[in-house]
Amino acid sequence: MASVLEAPPAARPAAPPARAPRRVLRLGLSFGRRSVAILAFLALWEIAPRAGLVDRTFLVPFSEVLPTLWDLARDGQLWSNTQTSLARALSGFAIAIAVAVPLGLLIGWYRTLAELLNPLLELFRNTAALALLPVFVLILGIGETSKVSIVVYACVWPVLLNTVSAVRGVDPTFVRAARSLGLSAPRIFQKVVLPASVPSIFTGVRMAGSNSIIVLIAAEMVGAKSGLGYLVNASQQNFAITQMYAGIVAISVIGLVFNHLLVALERRFTRWRADH
Amino acid sequence: MAPKIEVQGLGKTFAIRGGGTFDALQDISFALPEGDFLVVVGPSGCGKSTLLDLLGGLTRPTSGRVLLDGAEITGPALDRGIVFQQYALLPWRTAQRNVELGLEASGVPRRARAATAREYLQLVGLTGFEDRYPHELSGGMRQRVAIARSLAYDPGVLLMDEPFGALDAQTRESLQQELLRIWERTGKTVVFITHDIDEAVYLGRRVAVMTARPGRIKRVVDIDLPVHDEAADPRSSPEFARHRHEVWSLLRDEVAASRKEAVSVG
Ligand SMILES: Nc1ncnc2c1ncn2[C@@H]1O[C@H](COP(=O)(O)OP(=O)(O)OP(=O)(O)O)[C@@H](O)[C@H]1O
Ligand SMILES: [Mg+2]
Repeated sequence: MASVLEAPPAARPAAPPARAPRRVLRLGLSFGRRSVAILAFLALWEIAPRAGLVDRTFLVPFSEVLPTLWDLARDGQLWSNTQTSLARALSGFAIAIAVAVPLGLLIGWYRTLAELLNPLLELFRNTAALALLPVFVLILGIGETSKVSIVVYACVWPVLLNTVSAVRGVDPTFVRAARSLGLSAPRIFQKVVLPASVPSIFTGVRMAGSNSIIVLIAAEMVGAKSGLGYLVNASQQNFAITQMYAGIVAISVIGLVFNHLLVALERRFTRWRADH
Repeated sequence: MAPKIEVQGLGKTFAIRGGGTFDALQDISFALPEGDFLVVVGPSGCGKSTLLDLLGGLTRPTSGRVLLDGAEITGPALDRGIVFQQYALLPWRTAQRNVELGLEASGVPRRARAATAREYLQLVGLTGFEDRYPHELSGGMRQRVAIARSLAYDPGVLLMDEPFGALDAQTRESLQQELLRIWERTGKTVVFITHDIDEAVYLGRRVAVMTARPGRIKRVVDIDLPVHDEAADPRSSPEFARHRHEVWSLLRDEVAASRKEAVSVG
């Protein structure tokens, strides 16, 4: 990366073809380095039950989980449950962002409002969303509304608090420079405060992303007739242990992919930063 | 001819956290004709940046006023350009887009903005670096971008707060030369702050020496050096040495005074 940045601006020739295989090799190596811990973990998962270190009925070797996952995928159960869960998680996540980002910008921009509201926001943020699950169920029932609502709740606080602190933390020298250039307050907001806040807002968005899945799965375990959380919980109750692990693997893969998508999006929006 | 900038009895008092007040500037008065180059020197903490903020309209004076073309200034505007010590470039904008920032406030159409920005980047010798982000530029280049940004909307007055303070000696010297070249070509009125006596005498047509707290103008020294000859080192002439010594002597007592005060306070 650094060598690309430091190349003279006039001429940036494409890498000569002789370098290409070496790049592939380097990519392969870096991929290998990053996956070695995961491979070791999967090996342990495979070996421990086979060697009798743990009871095979409760911890099924990984190699037996994969075919079950495949079966689940083929008979459509995996897809329909994933679809249900994703629809809930993503709509809650999207609603939270749509509400929290504008609200956070507003609160951050008005200093007194921020000072007034911050203790309350901290209180809400530190009240575990799952502790409120019974309240949500009580008021909204066990339908979609309560599940989406709890996801919204879990996602709003990190985004809101990060947005507020992003706006308040904008380097005052940027604002001074913009003022000296004769920009009006709304223009300063648009051209300085907003872009300067993007990295910190994204930190909140990523936290919200992982929250959305964690909280939804838990909610689906408590009271639901579909979704991945339901699948895992129901499998456990029916002693379909392999299927339970297959569901868990599906959940972690989805969580990983979601986080990677958010990181990629973040990169795209903060390409100007020196640290990547 | 009416002065371009007129400062009348300017004073600035800060409220200190935990009560009390602090007089940063007291009774500053001077007048600057159009096209003049004033350098302000003074011991650290004497209020140089405070003075520049007041001239820029970024803060309001406690007493007195600043007139620009005969009218009192009430805030920042595009008739003045400020170059800050910390460059203050927006890191998410390329060099070109940073220069365009001031033009966006004045409502120049997009196409014209881009052309003007390129023209001023060329003026400061940064052709070919338009698409670099600030972190991809050296300190000297960043400061050039900042200068280009302040010049691009063509303000009559350029206010510079120790703009070359963080640069190495060679870069600083070449930027000083460039600044003089730009100044001669554009005829702007410049107020330039530094704590470097050589820089003051080299750049300034006049050098104002400030006192330690509270900041006042102790003396304004007129510098009349022969017209700069790019080939010869102007710093080696006897006139330069004489001016340098004069400013140095004026400053010495103030630096000593501010040290003594710092010791007794600390
Ligand atoms: N916002 C503020 N509140 C209180 N005191 C301030 C404030 N800004 C500046 N001062 C004080 O006013 C004095 C002058 O500060 P200023 O920044 O103008 O000094 P300076 O001459 O630019 O110093 P330097 O050469 O170190 O940059 C200092 O003693 C500083 O502590
Ligand atoms: Mg200063």
